Amino acid sequence: MIEFVRPHIDWHAFAPELIVLFWGALVTIVDLVFLERARRIMGPLTGIGFLLAMIPVLTLWDQADDLPRVLFDGAYVVDNYALLLKGLFLISGYVIVLLSSNYMAEGDYYDSEFYQLIGASILGMLVMTSARDLISIFIALELLSIPAYLMAAWRKRDLKSNEAGLKYMLMGVFASGILLYGMSLLYGAAADTRLSEIGAALADGESTPLVTLGVLFTIIGFAFKVSAVPFHTWAPDTYEGAPTPLTAFLAVASKTAGFVALLNVVLFAFGDQSDLVEPFMWILAAATMTVGNLVALRQTNIVRMLAYSGIGQAGYMLAPLAVYGNRPAQAQQAVVIYLLIYAAMNLGAFAVVIIAARKTRSGEIESFGGMLRYAPGITLAMTIFLFSLSGVPPMGGFWAKFWVFKVLTDGWELWGTLLALVVAVNSVVAAFYYLNVAKQMWFLPTRDGDESPLVIPPALVAAVAITVAVTLITGVTGLVPDWADFPALAAAP
Amino acid sequence: MFINQFLIFAAVLFCIGVYGVLTRKNGVLVLMSIELILNAVNINLVAFGALHQHVAGQVFALFVIAVAAAEVGVGLAIVLLIYRNRRSINVAEANLLKG
Repeated sequence: MIEFVRPHIDWHAFAPELIVLFWGALVTIVDLVFLERARRIMGPLTGIGFLLAMIPVLTLWDQADDLPRVLFDGAYVVDNYALLLKGLFLISGYVIVLLSSNYMAEGDYYDSEFYQLIGASILGMLVMTSARDLISIFIALELLSIPAYLMAAWRKRDLKSNEAGLKYMLMGVFASGILLYGMSLLYGAAADTRLSEIGAALADGESTPLVTLGVLFTIIGFAFKVSAVPFHTWAPDTYEGAPTPLTAFLAVASKTAGFVALLNVVLFAFGDQSDLVEPFMWILAAATMTVGNLVALRQTNIVRMLAYSGIGQAGYMLAPLAVYGNRPAQAQQAVVIYLLIYAAMNLGAFAVVIIAARKTRSGEIESFGGMLRYAPGITLAMTIFLFSLSGVPPMGGFWAKFWVFKVLTDGWELWGTLLALVVAVNSVVAAFYYLNVAKQMWFLPTRDGDESPLVIPPALVAAVAITVAVTLITGVTGLVPDWADFPALAAAP
Repeated sequence: MFINQFLIFAAVLFCIGVYGVLTRKNGVLVLMSIELILNAVNINLVAFGALHQHVAGQVFALFVIAVAAAEVGVGLAIVLLIYRNRRSINVAEANLLKG
């Protein structure tokens, strides 16, 4: 008989997750008790929950000397890397609630449940940032994915939305099956589920078939989640068919969570398997950015274009992982900086798409024609997002690309430099389709001739204001690298 | 302890599952094929747990079983939604979105 010893739990380190969990329960109870009467306050209530959960994130960040805080025997680690990403997920969750509020209320969908599912999914992402154990990574991945399958099919009567949900669900479940098979092999090779122990067991860099299969299947499982080519086919269809706020959620929060999982596994468990992982990542990154950008060139629907552009951007984010072997800390920093800036500029672009669709009722790029005449402020905001996405200097997107280049060309090794060239060529290609949208907005006439000023709901104005502010501040000050300095990994051998 | 026979059995089950996902057109059968993949994972986990005399493998398998139930619950709900709207659960007919 083994005596049960209650493990020590650092409640403060665990507080953001607990707040989102209990607030989600509260929102559900409010919905159950007040039914229709509470419908109008559901969105704001969920948003307040995300902002409340920011408080412990900030207090933990303030006590930087106590970091990293390790829970559950190393299965759950709260360090400044995890905290920065928790902040990113909570703010993105808040912005997505702002984007959803009018869309949901006016479309006559079930909105209370939608917000509860967003809360559940964000909780999964918060857990993902700290998960350093195969079991918790798997649980976090499913907790963030399963609500998203439901939300993608949210417009029940719409065949396109049904199809979006079906494709996303089948591909997602299939991917998690492959991921789990890889994880089971890794567990077999290392006899432990903690990433640090797996890293120690694979430290000799020797590749038995068991390890090779385990590593590749695990990476392929996450490649579906971050929509890397050739595992990207679900993304454009799901993005087009799903409700647009949910598309923003998938393109930003869900993709970021996939990258966080990939970073955790690659950096903490596969640190000494770089001979195997780097070439695979090189091919994945080069294929992802090239295919994404080339296909985006010929899209006529703005949401599909943003979907393929998101695939291209995912390629840039994968690139630092192709050279992580010698400089894991810089690779980690480059990916996290890109994720932060990408979240702001892409959420902003989707916010503008939602605003424009309120007038034009269309997703075609041509429907953006003449926006300058009826919504000058939004036109300016969209121009900032597009310039940032294509990486033009004073915007945040420039710094995101700059740090990717810096880590790729550090030391001018052959393969890293080649990949930097691929990134450069792709950035030029991408500028064509981003600037085409800007051209429509600034120089072409409106399609229906109606140029009366557009009335924009305050929630959407707030969403655009937050994302513009982040894009500009990160761009002008170049501030993010100071926050994204992760001593834990740099100190590790 | 003969670990190989469990691993080969699981690998065969995994391959049958992947084949089923890629070739079946019926939504429910695709979900069943995915269940085969997850069962292959469970066999692997339990076999490795027994080999290493380590309890985490069995705990992991329990988690996989529980989450698979949730996934299939959501999956069947979406397949039912498709059936209500188009009277067919053929996933190849879901082709409104392309490009």
